[in-house]
Amino acid sequence: MKTNKFLILITIVMSVVVFGCKPKNASTSIKGDSTVKSYVAPGQYDEFYNFVSGGFSGQLSVYGLPSGRLFRVIPVFSADPEKGWGYSEESKPMLNTSHGFVPWDDCHHPELSQTNGEVDGKWIFVNGNNTPRLARIDLKTFKTAEIIELPNSAGNHSSPFGTENSEYIVAGTRFSVPPDYTNGDVPIDTYKKNFKGHISFVSIDKNSGAMNIAFQLRTPGIDFDLARCGRAKSHGWFFFSCYNSEQANTLLEVNASQNDKDFIMAVNWKKAEEYLKEGKGVKEKVKYAHNVWDDKTHSATSTIMDEVTVLDASALKDICYFIPCPKSPHGCDVDPTGEYIVGSGKLAAVLPVFSFDKLMKAIENKAFDGDYEGIPVVKYEEALYGEVKKPGLGPLHTEFDGNGFAYTSFFVSSEVVKWNVKDLAVVDRVPTFYSVGHLCVPGGNTRKPFGKYMIAYNKITKDRYLPTGPELTQSAQLYDISGEKMQMILDFPTIGEPHYAQAAPASLIMNNGQLKIYSIEENQNPYVTKGEAESKVVREGNKVHVYMTSVRSHFAPDNIEGIKEGDEVYFHVTNLEQDWDVPHGFAIKGANTAELLIMPGETSTVKWIAEKPGMFPMYCTDFCSALHQEMQGYVRVSPKGSNVPISFHVGKAPEPEKVTQ
Amino acid sequence: MQALKLFILMTFFAGLTACGGNKDSQPKTAPGVQTEASPSTGNYDPNRGEGKFSSENLTLDAALNDSMADAGEKIANVKCTSCHKLTDEKLVGPGWKGVTSRRTPHWIMNFITNPDPMINQDPELQAQLELCLVRMPNQSLTEDDARNILEFMRKNDGIK
Repeated sequence: MKTNKFLILITIVMSVVVFGCKPKNASTSIKGDSTVKSYVAPGQYDEFYNFVSGGFSGQLSVYGLPSGRLFRVIPVFSADPEKGWGYSEESKPMLNTSHGFVPWDDCHHPELSQTNGEVDGKWIFVNGNNTPRLARIDLKTFKTAEIIELPNSAGNHSSPFGTENSEYIVAGTRFSVPPDYTNGDVPIDTYKKNFKGHISFVSIDKNSGAMNIAFQLRTPGIDFDLARCGRAKSHGWFFFSCYNSEQANTLLEVNASQNDKDFIMAVNWKKAEEYLKEGKGVKEKVKYAHNVWDDKTHSATSTIMDEVTVLDASALKDICYFIPCPKSPHGCDVDPTGEYIVGSGKLAAVLPVFSFDKLMKAIENKAFDGDYEGIPVVKYEEALYGEVKKPGLGPLHTEFDGNGFAYTSFFVSSEVVKWNVKDLAVVDRVPTFYSVGHLCVPGGNTRKPFGKYMIAYNKITKDRYLPTGPELTQSAQLYDISGEKMQMILDFPTIGEPHYAQAAPASLIMNNGQLKIYSIEENQNPYVTKGEAESKVVREGNKVHVYMTSVRSHFAPDNIEGIKEGDEVYFHVTNLEQDWDVPHGFAIKGANTAELLIMPGETSTVKWIAEKPGMFPMYCTDFCSALHQEMQGYVRVSPKGSNVPISFHVGKAPEPEKVTQ
Repeated sequence: MQALKLFILMTFFAGLTACGGNKDSQPKTAPGVQTEASPSTGNYDPNRGEGKFSSENLTLDAALNDSMADAGEKIANVKCTSCHKLTDEKLVGPGWKGVTSRRTPHWIMNFITNPDPMINQDPELQAQLELCLVRMPNQSLTEDDARNILEFMRKNDGIK
């Protein structure tokens, strides 16, 4: 079977070769060149950055398109010993929560910041699903800059989706639960009475990116899945897909699939802002962590917050409306014009497309089918623009190009279907290998999609790659969508589980003021060592602080004596380099934490317990120069009560040097 | 299987390149972004080095400027003296003693603000690299920093 396919392929390729020298036009040359389309020559840059969620790795990965080359895995919610993330003293507070230090999470959806409905290249937001958190990554440093925990939530899945100017990033709870400000110790089967949904509207400071939970909407106890903001004409609205309108609390696989229709919840957030201004919000006692990284001190702070403002979406009229949507919708996607809202019911046979104009009219005319716990339910037909009939099995998620077409993924039938948003006709379909989840078109959730490529992120790869034991890689598949027909041009493995991803043109990120080094002059870490002359070892009881510098290719000091068994030793290493791409590493034998990876101009600290007397080598772990292997030193540990004094040096025990006058 | 794929690719490229003069048939690499070109080795002047400074735009007073030299010493302690001693002894790089008589002032200023292109071209720096084996890093000095360091080097060489 496979051999046959290859013979056919060879025949095609050979025919291209044979006829290749004849004058040709685009239509004849398009077929055979799929591999060439994704080929980026050595030394050449890719055209797009692709930010791909790392799923259960908790991290965010960065690939190039169209090559599929992996550039970086940015540690976000999970400790990463490679980069010292969550191990260095400075980074530990980033993973603090109201539950204490949580070194792992499940990262699903990246969201690039926007200005005027277009990607602006400043920040990317990602959600932590399990211990509900929201993170902001600075795209100048590719480093996690801020993490905020979300109270009253459980499973931060409907997140992080943003408004047109990133006024808000939303975080809708996947599980409804008894709110944190009530007693959660209730029988599970009191779900209908005691369980509530909360959607956080996290405001983003336009200049600094700083996050703040502006308010939460309290909703009936249902599950929120995904969301999209309105744009252009529908700016000011937000749309959330909801499931479990049955309010089941067990065997949801069956019990939450009973109703013919669940909902898309339309939220008028401008209206919510009015209520907030009028003081209709209720301040509730909760606990959540707010963690901020500072690029000057090279340290994080974690603050436990104790209050959040809640607006009751059932009591306060005109904020929320439910639109019936067939069978457990997942995707809830708004087209670039802001007029069409596509619901993807996982178990539905049709793809409903709602019209924003019709929805507004229906609300004005009160064309409701009663209410759901106080929230009006708009009549399905009154909000519906039309249905895409028999599109495929298991629709999940839709992205858009700039030419009036939508691309919807189908998990069960493993395919992507291209359809015309205006006439709802299916125009093309391609297989994926296999079980596609989300799709990404660069800028596909904005007013101005960049088009050109579409990437499918697959849950299962089965026979596509070399086997690696019971667990196989997940994958992404890249399609050229510049023509009428979609054409697969590359298949590449990904880390974790790629849920959603976003992409932006390389120029937008490269030219955003990329940071190459941290200025040593501006380093305000309390343990910075600005020059070898300042390096020292200071004992404070059983704590010893080593103020150390690194430069190609030695540490100062690199010989340390007088450490005693049981001492807590803090190595504060300052990288004195001021050149791009010259981090130094630091590792010491027996450290039960991790290495440090210190960027040029940065100070980073690792805590090390001197467990027993002896000689403990330390060295640089990141190849830095031809003499990197020589970048090493010793720490001598003496028994408790010994009288070896603290001493330290690099090179010969130095004579003080004076400038000759 | 991989061998087959490779064969296909090779045949394909062979087919493309076979078309010689027809530029349109060259494999199109999608990206529009060019990587940095390697520095040109044209009219390199070993007395001036390569960079912003020349004998025209850099003139020194005969006498030492003490405040500049002091500022230079502070920066040197953070960014330079990990690798350079103030004597003529080599540490990671050569000692600084006598550097202001071995090199022109603008060569020094160019080198410490623009080391990489100069290491790539300057015959004496290449010889030095064979001894030290560590390329002098770019320490992101501002023009003022560099000028102050030069003044500190002059002080170190006995200028008053």
